[in-house]
Amino acid sequence: MATTTLAGALNSGLRRALEDDPRVLLMGEDIGRLGGVFRVTDGLQRDFGKDRVMDTPLAEAGIMGTAVGLAYRGFRPVVEIQFDGFVYPAFDQLVTQVAKLRSRTRGAVAMPITVRIPYGGGIGAVEHHSESPEAYFAHTAGLRVVTCATPQDAHTMVRQAVACDDPVVLLEPKRRYWVKEEVVEDPEDVLPLDRARVVVPGSDVTLVAYGPLVATAIDAAAAAADDGVSVEVVDLRSLAPLDLDTVEASVRRTGRLVVAHEAQRTGGLGAELAACVTEDCFEHLEAPPVRVTGYDVPYPPSKLEEHFLPDLDRILDAVDRVMGRPHSRLGLAAGAGVAS
Amino acid sequence: MLRSDVSPNPLRDRDEQGSHHDEQGPDGLVQLLTPDGERRPDPEYECWVGDVDDERLTGLWADMTIVRRLDAEATALQRQGQLGLWPPLLGQEAAQVGSARALRRDDFVFSSYREHAVAHCRGVGPADLLRMWRGTAASGWDPYEVGMATPAIIIGAQTLHATGYAMGCAKDGVDAVAVAYFGDGATSQGDVNEAMVFAASFHAPVVFFCQNNQWAISEPVGLQAVRPVADRAPGFGIPSVRVDGNDVLAVHAVTRVALDRARRGEGPTFVEAVTYRMGPHTTADDPTRYVDPADRARWAEKDPLTRVERYLERRGVLTDAVRGDVDHRADAAATALRDACHALTPPGPLTLFDHVYATPTPTLERQRRELAAYLATFEET
Repeated sequence: MATTTLAGALNSGLRRALEDDPRVLLMGEDIGRLGGVFRVTDGLQRDFGKDRVMDTPLAEAGIMGTAVGLAYRGFRPVVEIQFDGFVYPAFDQLVTQVAKLRSRTRGAVAMPITVRIPYGGGIGAVEHHSESPEAYFAHTAGLRVVTCATPQDAHTMVRQAVACDDPVVLLEPKRRYWVKEEVVEDPEDVLPLDRARVVVPGSDVTLVAYGPLVATAIDAAAAAADDGVSVEVVDLRSLAPLDLDTVEASVRRTGRLVVAHEAQRTGGLGAELAACVTEDCFEHLEAPPVRVTGYDVPYPPSKLEEHFLPDLDRILDAVDRVMGRPHSRLGLAAGAGVAS
Repeated sequence: MLRSDVSPNPLRDRDEQGSHHDEQGPDGLVQLLTPDGERRPDPEYECWVGDVDDERLTGLWADMTIVRRLDAEATALQRQGQLGLWPPLLGQEAAQVGSARALRRDDFVFSSYREHAVAHCRGVGPADLLRMWRGTAASGWDPYEVGMATPAIIIGAQTLHATGYAMGCAKDGVDAVAVAYFGDGATSQGDVNEAMVFAASFHAPVVFFCQNNQWAISEPVGLQAVRPVADRAPGFGIPSVRVDGNDVLAVHAVTRVALDRARRGEGPTFVEAVTYRMGPHTTADDPTRYVDPADRARWAEKDPLTRVERYLERRGVLTDAVRGDVDHRADAAATALRDACHALTPPGPLTLFDHVYATPTPTLERQRRELAAYLATFEET
């Protein structure tokens, strides 16, 4: 077992994917000689050659569209989009072609394309470098959307994504790229790509988070425990499809749901989870589900992002709200009509 | 022996010249057969169709005759309510047949939605030609059976797919070629321009085959390009050629040149086949609102079938017997198309959920059960 960063775990996962299947190709901007702006593909072009680890022209639609053609030819392209906010030029190819070709051709043409996107904020970046576009992709039939929170999941999930016969958007929490843990390349028990995981068991509140906020959610559970509240943290992992079995089983035990994500609130994953849980578990709920999210504004300049991003205190406040605790700051404010 | 061993590829040595306006024919177009049915000498290109004798040319004419008949039948089927929509190819038979008949089985076509003649030449059957337009499926055929991708409705998207496929051919070390069919309107799309960047940078064995039919629905080509669209390609490092798109022989020759370059590892070629959309954009369109009848009449004089007929008649090849045989085949194809159309019935409602994913997701399985249960409430007990 070796200790490695999340970025390093992705690198070793991609290396294994390249070794395991000669049809796997890596494509993207600056991924070759430079090893990617986050060094996720460091050394891979050196070891696998320019034919399999390709620096591409600076055109995201071109990358995605040529990946479609390569997939038609039987290759298994892994596309890197350099930053979350750069994916939109490729959005058309991803939504109108990658997602739909299997269905359009009644199963004749597979699109086993993995789209890796460093996403999320908290790194003090300029505009277009901190976004959380997952809802666009989760809304698109034909795509699988997953995100990892730990180096171990990063390694395992990128390999699962590449091996998957469906297109997979893998959102990589860029502010977690440098966290380290021990990573086992081939663990005995591997959770399927589309399953959520209970990472902290609890009995009072189900707190669902994913990607960059899982660590914050675990911290929140520890803080809540000190305060006498037992929080169960679910790392959602798969944003499309949703593992409702895991989430709803938890809510049936706890009776309360808090969902945290960096993305804007309206039409987000929190809305979808709250709706599903309300439809399916209404009689188990002790309180309305609460979302802790970014606000419905463009991602702000870096000096404001701490106010945009859900943090430990905002998550704890939401826990207090679903617990009906009198010291919930927003709960008190709601009494004065502020949060209504 | 490859033909180019005896006849130098006319495009091969032109990369330094930039634009490639061949001056052989009118308006700088490559032309081997005039609208009057006269052979036009062209030392650069005629050698590329030296094997197209009277019999083979009659075959190309038969293809064009049959697809024109199929196209008319499909238009009629739409008018009769049997198809939701149909985009007629009328006028573009030579551009499509001349190019498609130059391809090998292992080449791969990425087309737009008007390439019915290309599909016909690739072996697409009548039911598969109509499935999408009747609305019983999202597309017609298995791309791998005929070497032709399902048509792209998003304008220009397929040019990137062709480029990627061609990059894959090069990686696989085969000399198969990808051919992208698109129109003059598509040349304004970012995808087409990005495709040319990728094709040039990766030296991809792809042919960009632009049918400039003068119209993008109601917008004339002058709105897309103030200079010939073929002029753009050299700026990307891609040699290009303008060909009389209503001259099946010239199109055949030019496509062979482009395919030859690709097979030899000389990279992409851009072909602009200058033609005219004689019908509406689709059956939902009304070209009387924007087409000048005099303009259309001038193009009618350049009809792609008529010039071949004149030529073959003059040579005594196009006898009444040959005409009768081809007419009979065209009628039979039209009848088969009509029968296939009527036989296409809507698939069952639960097929909605098929093939969205390689393995159905729990979410979709749940929704499938939901629809099944809902539908079951209408069943008589």
